[in-house]
Amino acid sequence: MTTETLLWLLPLPPVLAFFLIILFTYRSKSFSHTIAVGAALLSFFGTMVVFFRAVQVSHLGDHPFATSIPWFPTGSTWFNVGMLVDPLTAVTLFFVAWTVLMIFIYSVGYHNFGQPQGDHDRAGLPPHGATVQDAHGRKHRVPSVEPMYSRFFAFIGLFAFGMYLLVLSDNLLTLFVGWEIMGLCSYLLIGFWYGKPSARAAMIKAFLTTRVGDVFMLLGIVYLYSMTGTLNFREIMHNPETLNMLAGTPSYIAGLSAAGLIGILLFIGTIGKSAQWPLHVWLPDAMEGPTPVSAMIHAAAMVSAGVYMVIRMYPIMSAGMDVGHGLTPPMLFMAIIGAFTALFAATIAVAQNDIKRVLAYSTISQLGYMIAALGIGGFVAAAFHLVTHAFFKALLFLGSGSVIHGMEHGVHHTGDHHIDPQDMTHMGGLRKKMPVTFWTFLIGGLALAGFPLVTAGFWSKDEILADSWAHAPLVFIVLALAALLTAFYTMRQITMTFLGEPRSKEAGHAVESKWTMTLPLVILAFFAITFGWLGIPEGFPLIGGIVPNWIHEFVGGTLLEHPPALGFSWVPLLTSLVVSLGGLALGYYVYRGVRSDEKDPVEGALGASLYRLLKNKYYFDELYQAIFITPAYWLAETFTSLWMDQKVIDGILHWFAYISGVIGNFLRNAIDKPIINGSGDMVSEGAKKAGGSLKTIQTGRVQQYMILALVSLAVFGAFFFYLVKMR
Amino acid sequence: MEIILNNLLTLILFTPVLAAVIVMILPSDQEDLIRWVSFVLSFIPLALSILLWMRFSPAQPGFQFEQKVIWYSAIKSSFHVGVDGISLTMVLLTTLLTPLAILASFTIKDRVKSFMVLFFLLEMGMLGVFLMLDLLLFFVFWEFGLVPMYFLINQWGSEKGEREIWGGRKVAARTYASFKFMIYTMAGSLGLLLAIQMIGVVSGTFDIPELFARWTALEGSLFGMPIGVVKSIAFWAFAIAFAIKVPVWPFHTWLPDAHTEAPTAGSMILAGVLLKLGAYGFLRLVLPLYPAESRAYAGVLGFLAVMAIIFGALASWGQKDFKRLVAYSSVNHMGFVVLGIAAAAYTLGMESEPLALSAKLALNGAVLQMFNHGLSAAGMFFLVGVIYERTHTRDLNEYGGLFPLVPVYGGILIFTSMSSLGLPGLNGFISEFLVVRGTWPIFTLYTALAMIGLFFTGAYILKAIKQVLQGPLNEHWAGHITEINARELLVIVPLMVLMLWIGVMPAWILGVINHAVSMWF
Repeated sequence: MTTETLLWLLPLPPVLAFFLIILFTYRSKSFSHTIAVGAALLSFFGTMVVFFRAVQVSHLGDHPFATSIPWFPTGSTWFNVGMLVDPLTAVTLFFVAWTVLMIFIYSVGYHNFGQPQGDHDRAGLPPHGATVQDAHGRKHRVPSVEPMYSRFFAFIGLFAFGMYLLVLSDNLLTLFVGWEIMGLCSYLLIGFWYGKPSARAAMIKAFLTTRVGDVFMLLGIVYLYSMTGTLNFREIMHNPETLNMLAGTPSYIAGLSAAGLIGILLFIGTIGKSAQWPLHVWLPDAMEGPTPVSAMIHAAAMVSAGVYMVIRMYPIMSAGMDVGHGLTPPMLFMAIIGAFTALFAATIAVAQNDIKRVLAYSTISQLGYMIAALGIGGFVAAAFHLVTHAFFKALLFLGSGSVIHGMEHGVHHTGDHHIDPQDMTHMGGLRKKMPVTFWTFLIGGLALAGFPLVTAGFWSKDEILADSWAHAPLVFIVLALAALLTAFYTMRQITMTFLGEPRSKEAGHAVESKWTMTLPLVILAFFAITFGWLGIPEGFPLIGGIVPNWIHEFVGGTLLEHPPALGFSWVPLLTSLVVSLGGLALGYYVYRGVRSDEKDPVEGALGASLYRLLKNKYYFDELYQAIFITPAYWLAETFTSLWMDQKVIDGILHWFAYISGVIGNFLRNAIDKPIINGSGDMVSEGAKKAGGSLKTIQTGRVQQYMILALVSLAVFGAFFFYLVKMR
Repeated sequence: MEIILNNLLTLILFTPVLAAVIVMILPSDQEDLIRWVSFVLSFIPLALSILLWMRFSPAQPGFQFEQKVIWYSAIKSSFHVGVDGISLTMVLLTTLLTPLAILASFTIKDRVKSFMVLFFLLEMGMLGVFLMLDLLLFFVFWEFGLVPMYFLINQWGSEKGEREIWGGRKVAARTYASFKFMIYTMAGSLGLLLAIQMIGVVSGTFDIPELFARWTALEGSLFGMPIGVVKSIAFWAFAIAFAIKVPVWPFHTWLPDAHTEAPTAGSMILAGVLLKLGAYGFLRLVLPLYPAESRAYAGVLGFLAVMAIIFGALASWGQKDFKRLVAYSSVNHMGFVVLGIAAAAYTLGMESEPLALSAKLALNGAVLQMFNHGLSAAGMFFLVGVIYERTHTRDLNEYGGLFPLVPVYGGILIFTSMSSLGLPGLNGFISEFLVVRGTWPIFTLYTALAMIGLFFTGAYILKAIKQVLQGPLNEHWAGHITEINARELLVIVPLMVLMLWIGVMPAWILGVINHAVSMWF
């Protein structure tokens, strides 16, 4: 099969799985997951074939795999859509295929396939567990299978389709299609347990918050399309004339070029999708969904898509950079937002006790790194960190799901349902109970913290720090500070969860998860270490150059001009070592002996009020509620519906109707009735009256009639005689 | 075959009347017979329309399948029918929705025969507007459609509810709504009728293609006024009549009342087709007859469209009644149609290649949005009807967590809502994207403001889904409501198929529309 044909087929299996499951196989759990996992496998194998063919092409950036077809007519031409695999697509596809497949397999175990139906389980609520009797007649509480098991696989199938479509698209429009399909899927999956009011609120929050970004992005897309007449990536970004035209044309906003405004509009889309400040609020709440969904959103698909898009659009973001001085406005904007978010989210993560929430804020923070890297021109560094982050964050989320499963097992054992299985203060000592989860989680955590030399996270983060040191020292300082916090809260999490002694009975009864859950952890842990070795800078002391810096060579080739490799500098390296190791050590020493009833040491160090500020995420939810949501409700319910439509507009209409009524009544009462009816009535009434008075002579007696006739005859005779006589 | 093809449009127009006559002679007490006969007969216009679609050659300029018979020679009015890509799309929408609406009204128990007869007459009225190329007969059909709709709302509308009008006077909600619908539209038509008569007298013909040339070429003065003033007045007479029908903000308040009180099938047709008559009027008559005036007042129209988009969405979000929420969504969606038309109007006569392309895209989007809104609004109203028949309430706060009880219905509701929301991959996105793309270079600020409306579209759609399907189950309904049945699936599935089809492969319909609108520039 030619690679081009294969490209069209890559996204199809998951979407076919979606339709097959919801239309036909939804009653059978085993059929449904076989179809879904099988589809993920097909896409995975296809992707690997494409990926290995892609890496063998020399100068793939100049000769990408591309294929397109006309989609719909636009005036006298057609809008073409197609598939494109250039180096950036290839590496993105690589991590997407792996993480998606791992998440699919993991979901089988996570949703308790093979367990009995729950006693009181209901669609729309998480499974509560089932009671089984063993051979000795004793009753046990065991986890129960998810009631909407098939539906879950349908939804993540569609989710995977959205991501494949987005990554493979050769144009911004179908990218946006994939983008929004993922928005829908994250909505459906965050609210998978839609019966919970908290999940219902979270799903709507996620969809609407990202939609704020989406409508700006849509404007960016149409602006770009209006300016260039195409949305094809290569036609725009491999065309210096177009880029110069965009950079040279003033936009609607003074001081910004068209490229600048387009870049900013598109980037606002990413702020929403990749949960950057100030649209970060949805991502932590997205934890309401099942854990594989969190991995899907945080690593494989959703938020990675936002970063992927800006990396993809980098030539527009940076258009005109060499004309003026320093960074272009979109890049400056990205650098500020990204660096700020990286630090801001890291501070919140320090004060969270929910195991998934810590990871959620770490995602926001790490995405901030990528955005900041891109903002200061670190194209390759951003892409590199995107890939390594996807691997270790998928690993961490799946690991946390495994921990929660273990804890839930403990909860079923003790029967104390007031224990929150996600609260880290109840955990501890899980390394002995769940060794595979522990070791893989440790690897993921160390990668997140940037543990030197071994982990992938170190190499990608180091490259971002090196880039920022070279181009924007202020960004470098902020990111280094964030890296310190990252290492600290990661070790805090690992210590509270796995090290020491169990802090609750439930943690004491936790068990290791099934192979369907641990196998993906092991595979992801492999990449969380080794993928970084593909990007070791040539100039690195001692080990640089042993393995070629493949990432830089390969991904850099996406751009028209290959970005130059940075020279080696000791400052970022030493900083990186110090913050990473220092943070990890600090996290361990502070938390190694903390018991569950003890106050969080961070609270003591920061003071109660600052700690509360962090714990409540700087009160952003409350702030948005007060300044956006409540006024919007007022605007909709009171101003628009009640005042404008019902009172003013309908009021005017009713007034017209009322006036018409008044005029009608006037016409009837003052003209119709007295004059027109009156004159008509007068004739009839007069005739009636005359008749009435005449009828008295109608007695019916012949004698009277005869007398009357004689009298009349006499009178008329006399009258006529008189008339004749007068003449 | 030959005779069918030669009289295709006339047949499409009058087979509904034939159907009405056949239904009329059926015995009144055989209700099932009446229903099925109506359903089967309603496929004749659909089959003929599909035949028309196949035989239509998009690339050929001008009107096709024309037929012209002198109707009233003294005033030079003739029965002149013909289609181009725009009216063809609308004819297909009308004949497609009618069988579905008839199938949806199988639950009507009261005076079934009269209902079906009125329905066929309604179909004929709407088709007449789309097919007529004679201004006078256009008006006749324009008004004709009102009558059956009035009775459908007035007689078969929802039985609950009262509306206070003034001074504490209360009337039944359906009486209020039907009256408001009828009077409001007729008030708008008054100016239209006068303007049509004036144009006919001045130009010496009512034939629309002839008027395109004659009326626009008129110069000098009329009735002692400069021709420009006369044309401006006539323009507004047309524009207001059509704006009320669309409806454009602030002429929209009849719509939520009429939609809410109408029976399910009535709402489907009202939202699906009747609103398009207004937009079609702009496209067929206002833009070609008044190019200069359209251009001059395009900004006003665009502004009103943006207001409709924003306040339609906000009002929809603010509703507590499910059906009213869906009704207001029509104001929001039709706003995009008018915005696209306004943008195109603004570029009329401009010699600018990029702007002409934008105008074409905007019009492509506007016409496709008309078709798409026909699908999604009809679908949404039908789904409201399905849940109403089971719960006998439209109050969003009284549902809650119904998804586990009606999973199939829930899935369909989410799908149809997403089409209405304009989710990429479904039909609404293509048309909204084209409108936004087309209007951006022409009305940049308006387009940007329209995004506020687009955002709140998401808010109200999600609100509806949230209140109906999600959250803790309202135990009141457990065991009391049943899943969507086969007949109801038969109504909604064709609509869903089309939504997905147009979303994934829009070329079959956009090809026809694109050729039609490209000929204007």
